[in-house]
Amino acid sequence: MSRYRNDPRAIRALVRPDEIHRDVYLDRELFDLEMEQLWRHAWLYVGHDSQVPKPGDFYTTQLARELVIMIRGSDGVVRVLPNRCAHKGTRLASAVHGKCLGGVLRCPYHGWTYRLDGKIRTIPLKDGYDGTAFQSSEAAQGLREIPSVNYRGFVFAQLSGQGPGFEEYFGESLTSIDNLVERSPQGRLEVAGGVLRYLHDCNWKLFVENLNDAMHPMVAHESSAGTAKKLWDSSGAPGPAPMVIEQFVPFVNGYEFFEKMGVKVFANGHSYTGVSFSIHSKYSEVGEYERRMREAYGAERAQRILGEVRHNTVYYPNLTIKGAIQAIRVARPIAVDQTIIESWTFRLVGAPEELLARTTTYSRLINAPTSMVGHDDLHCYRSIQEGLTSGGDWVSLHRNYSAAEADSVAGTYGATNEVPMRGQFRAWAQFMTLGMNAGGSAA
Amino acid sequence: MTAGGVVGTAELLDFVYHEARLLDEKRFDEWYELLTDDARYWMPLTRGQPESETFTSLCYEDKLLLRVRIDRLRHPNAYSQQQPSFCQHVLQQPSVETADPQSGRYVTRAPFMYFESQLDRQLILGGVVYHHLMVMAGTLRMRMKKIELVNCDAALPSIQLLL
Repeated sequence: MSRYRNDPRAIRALVRPDEIHRDVYLDRELFDLEMEQLWRHAWLYVGHDSQVPKPGDFYTTQLARELVIMIRGSDGVVRVLPNRCAHKGTRLASAVHGKCLGGVLRCPYHGWTYRLDGKIRTIPLKDGYDGTAFQSSEAAQGLREIPSVNYRGFVFAQLSGQGPGFEEYFGESLTSIDNLVERSPQGRLEVAGGVLRYLHDCNWKLFVENLNDAMHPMVAHESSAGTAKKLWDSSGAPGPAPMVIEQFVPFVNGYEFFEKMGVKVFANGHSYTGVSFSIHSKYSEVGEYERRMREAYGAERAQRILGEVRHNTVYYPNLTIKGAIQAIRVARPIAVDQTIIESWTFRLVGAPEELLARTTTYSRLINAPTSMVGHDDLHCYRSIQEGLTSGGDWVSLHRNYSAAEADSVAGTYGATNEVPMRGQFRAWAQFMTLGMNAGGSAA
Repeated sequence: MTAGGVVGTAELLDFVYHEARLLDEKRFDEWYELLTDDARYWMPLTRGQPESETFTSLCYEDKLLLRVRIDRLRHPNAYSQQQPSFCQHVLQQPSVETADPQSGRYVTRAPFMYFESQLDRQLILGGVVYHHLMVMAGTLRMRMKKIELVNCDAALPSIQLLL
């Protein structure tokens, strides 16, 4: 029996200003609706344009349920196309990264070929369609480009083509991407260092919420980061702490630290922690890098760029970035209780390679399937998934709730506030029901 | 062991089997004693990956990080291990890939299967493990354990113990 489809009122009732119904994490129908509504109206991160440097280069991935191909055209423009033949729906490209031979995408089944912009180039024995309605069919349109925006190398797409425009959707939160890009002395990033893929047996929202949850590190990571801190403190080893200790230890800073780092919340589910400082603030300086930054931007601007050390920025719903260490994580929901988290890292073009080594080290320590910190976190997400399945209808998000949020959640707060999650669910309810009329069906 | 760095094949194979057994029996402190001071435990992320800090790995740990890992497994608040994990290695007979008796350095190669269980969950991994061994003060020690998973590029679940 359908409980939520065609019933926007029932969907909205799952989100109270300060509580969330457990079904948002558990219900298969809601997951389907998320993929059909929220994830199609939102702007989703697809990939970085440095993954497809030359015309004909492509990268394939999945957005919501849709297989897509990010491809650079012969005009140099990066487009997002459905990775699905217009004829019978055959998946066209199966490699994650590749290059189109002869400047065309070719279907492995009947050999239809497409130009790099998605238009049909050739169909074998095309006169077989003479005298049919083919020319006016959907198939004859070829691969219909999905609306996308390349924002300073970061390519986003909106599957439905309906809903807010790109700038309206992300607004001022884009300053986190700006800061990440400007950390390159040349203002350019390249994907580098490998992608870690970690299978999470939990709902995707539990991961996304955690990125701006400042109340968990000192508890969940006591066994990992706390052990690292204790071992180093008691080692009596001379000299500065090694990079891995520098990266582990701030996870077990106290509540005061996490409260004071601050969180900035925007409309549409976006937010970032680390307004004033973050766990990345006290990393050792790389002198040569700072010199190159001053040379590129001038002392004052370089200082402003490097002084911005945001913790996690959530670009709701599928991207989170750590500008301060040029790393991003992408959430790929598989099922209501299964999500793949991909961790990508960047080279800051023009910066010393030490910076790349710092981010690949961090990514391995924190985001790999072998990561002790990752084990701490995933255990909690799974425990929520299991606990909520067993009962208890409402999840509390009351911490520091204020009735003033009724108008807008946007603002800067102490980071232990649960307002980023409240903001996410406000966006969730909005985009889950976008375009549904009172009767429920999509407009 | 014979004088100097000369080690027989049987002794190398014994080391490899013994090393896996220590992990399976959670005798981590004895396992840790097998490591040289500059030892690395390495699980590359891609095939043919060079050893470099500018490319990430599924795991790349020195003695400090391995100590953190071992101590964490015993930490009372390691919540993900309150229901403990157990593992079992199954090794094919190792081959000796390189032998340099003069410097006392040897490399062995062994295809393996690895089972990691936690109550009703079981993870099965397979691949090839390389042991880089050297003779120190008359005893074999491990400089590098390199684990090449056959599915190194897959989205993997939590791997909580040592392969």
